[in-house]
Amino acid sequence: MRYAETGYYLEVDLSTGNIERVESDPQMTEQYLGGLGTNAKLMWDRVPADTDAFSPDNLLIFSSGLLCSTPAPSANRTIITSISPQNSLFGFSMMGGYWSPELKYAGYDKVIVRGKSPDWVYLWINNDKMEIRDARHLQGKSTYETAEAIRSELKEPRAQVISIGLAGENRVYFASVETHRGSSSRLGLGAVMGDKKLKAIAVRGTKDINIAKPAEFLEECNKVLDYIQYRLNYPIPGVPPILAYIGSPQEMALHDEQWHLDSFAWGHARKRRKGFWNKEVEKQWADAMETYKKCLISCYNCPVRCAGIVEVPGYPTYILKCFTKLTYVMAAEVDDLDFGFQILSKAQHYGVDGFTAPQVMAFAIELYENGILTDSDMPGFPKDKKERFHWLLDKIVRREGIGEVLADGVYWAARKIGKGAEAFDHNTIRKHEQVPIKLGMLNPIYYILWSTGEKVNITQIEGQIPQMPMEKHIREEFVKDWIQIPTGKEERFKQFILEWGDEGKNFPFWPPPDLIAELVEWQETMHYIDDSFGLCAGVSSFPIKPPYHIHNLPLFMAYGTGIDMDEEKLWNAALRIRNLIRSYNITRGLKREDETPPQDHWKKRFPEYEQKLMDEYYKYRGWDLRGVPTKETLQKLNLDYVYEDFVKRGIHKEE
Amino acid sequence: MKRKVKIIKIDLDKCMGCRACEVACAAFHSNPKYASVNPARSRIQVFRNELKNVFVPVKGSFYTAAECAGRPLYMIGEKMQSGYEYGESVCSFCGAACPSRDLFKEPDSGLPIKCDMCETEPPLDEPMCVKWCLVDALTYEEREEEVEEEVKLEELDIGIQVMVDKYGLEKVLDTVARMTQKEE
Repeated sequence: MRYAETGYYLEVDLSTGNIERVESDPQMTEQYLGGLGTNAKLMWDRVPADTDAFSPDNLLIFSSGLLCSTPAPSANRTIITSISPQNSLFGFSMMGGYWSPELKYAGYDKVIVRGKSPDWVYLWINNDKMEIRDARHLQGKSTYETAEAIRSELKEPRAQVISIGLAGENRVYFASVETHRGSSSRLGLGAVMGDKKLKAIAVRGTKDINIAKPAEFLEECNKVLDYIQYRLNYPIPGVPPILAYIGSPQEMALHDEQWHLDSFAWGHARKRRKGFWNKEVEKQWADAMETYKKCLISCYNCPVRCAGIVEVPGYPTYILKCFTKLTYVMAAEVDDLDFGFQILSKAQHYGVDGFTAPQVMAFAIELYENGILTDSDMPGFPKDKKERFHWLLDKIVRREGIGEVLADGVYWAARKIGKGAEAFDHNTIRKHEQVPIKLGMLNPIYYILWSTGEKVNITQIEGQIPQMPMEKHIREEFVKDWIQIPTGKEERFKQFILEWGDEGKNFPFWPPPDLIAELVEWQETMHYIDDSFGLCAGVSSFPIKPPYHIHNLPLFMAYGTGIDMDEEKLWNAALRIRNLIRSYNITRGLKREDETPPQDHWKKRFPEYEQKLMDEYYKYRGWDLRGVPTKETLQKLNLDYVYEDFVKRGIHKEE
Repeated sequence: MKRKVKIIKIDLDKCMGCRACEVACAAFHSNPKYASVNPARSRIQVFRNELKNVFVPVKGSFYTAAECAGRPLYMIGEKMQSGYEYGESVCSFCGAACPSRDLFKEPDSGLPIKCDMCETEPPLDEPMCVKWCLVDALTYEEREEEVEEEVKLEELDIGIQVMVDKYGLEKVLDTVARMTQKEE
């Protein structure tokens, strides 16, 4: 018997209509944990490096995580993996909600989809019964409408549904996969789902998930619940409210938006508006939120309540989470939050990425204002800021007119439009739109995080440490109960907090490169564990002092699965996954030149120093100066097969 | 006579449908304890509709061999919102293990399951679902209630009493007599 996991994948070939239940290899769990980790291994094994995102050979993997469906609080993430249509690299995309626990209760850890359906279909998984069903009548329906329609026609209100909207159907490069409570948005995997003509997957499961060491496992769960409660009651002093709590972050609960509005850039990631946030704005915005927000809700088995049900008159209801509350408002340079709530309804029903879509639209407006796009390119383009965003969004998700070009995202649109549009592509990394943040002094820790993160998405890489030096008088207090630090690093990391901000202990030339590398590795590694366990970063890798950390996570795995696990083994498994994904991207053409933040991310840049930092970081990670994992690194992580492949491709020379 | 009544208070304004109560219940009642989780086995089920802001935890209550007549339709949040009609495809907010649906039945055997307020040795401070509900939608209370002392009827007594109420004592006696003769 398998514990914590079901031990089965569902293999679906949409070209032939064949569905098979396949037993997974228990060795995989030990080496690659589950979720993202095992997805990565499947991609490496089965999707060759030259496969196009829209090839029938591209896999689209919908995975639960190793701890999903166990009693572990907040283990509910769905991890979707495929080749991204936007940058042709390994596509990370994840979401919370209720879908992946349901999948495991139905008896499957993953649904692996290949091929392409000749016409629109959806998948219905009801325990042992699987069906590919006609979805032609659902074409054009929104993400939420699709889910409701399917539940209703199956007469199964307890079915959990993930679906795509118009954007996914029309293969918009930043289309999301949506489930009411969650959005899997980054890197356009909704477009891959659309390309396969898979409108939705509905699941209902009523089977058991077994726990290897039940009493021990439950005790750890109770400790986590206690700590969640403690952290909700005692926010961390001395950091902005948005970073003081746990969650993803608490955008729907908190009204104080000074942190985001002062430090993030408006428009097409261009300018900061310091001083915009004042008492009057705060009151208006608080009123808007309290008017439209009906209720705060959580994902499956989680008490943290990061999302809000939003109901705006004249717009269909939706569920809002995280920073998208601000992304449209800021990109459109609109001062009222009402607009944000309105356009988000459309955006989530269409199914688009709330980070990328506003950037693309702001980019289009910039081109228009600079005469690169004209009224002949955009006949009927409105004058009003808000109307412009609605207009552009409607065009993009239908790929109509200028929308056809913009639907590929800033990088490709800039190159297709030409006429100097390329110069306006200033906020992408690896062809992917970034959080709109433009700062002054180079932050060497974030420099490495932004540049080298395989996910190309800072919020899924960062965490654990405060983002600014703490005031001197609270530093001692802060490090006193900082139990989350990995074994052996306690002194160094605590010392970092205690000194940071003192004379000579400031960015950019401090901390030393080796400490930067260690801090980056810690932040990133915790995310890789979460993504494999199916744990929400909001209670684990993202916040400061999270309930889950490197000391209790191995216990969850050991007690849950019965597999022998400790801190070192778990850390190494995460490194294995991290290096495998990097290696996979290298076979798909990733180069050191691609590892750079947007040029204007910081005003003050230090090219030589940055290169030195990068060299040191690569060295620390066991990568050569090209950023390629060395033979020793690969062999140490049991990735000999990667090394052999690298030799075959000429990436490494045989020794 | 005084009797202790155990109460799980359900605050619908606080419930947000996360189903932690289902997880805790299913895990606690598995055998061995916590060895498996399956919310379908949970003795508390959350009726939920995210878009309508409907989250209603319902405890498994009684077994019934026959479904009830008609179907209730609930209006929820009328004051706060536009007023939602809520009715699942079969029925809603009922704790019965009933032939009309799969709820409150063991998924394998179909046997009915009902809430036991986590009676166990040693006793819990509060039922598991309450313990795991960190948002306090579920809270636990014990009340003392005055109850009249009553003579508990045997099962057969109850059945015959029903017959007597319906047909009168004489007719029942006649029938029993006739049946006795037939058997001889």
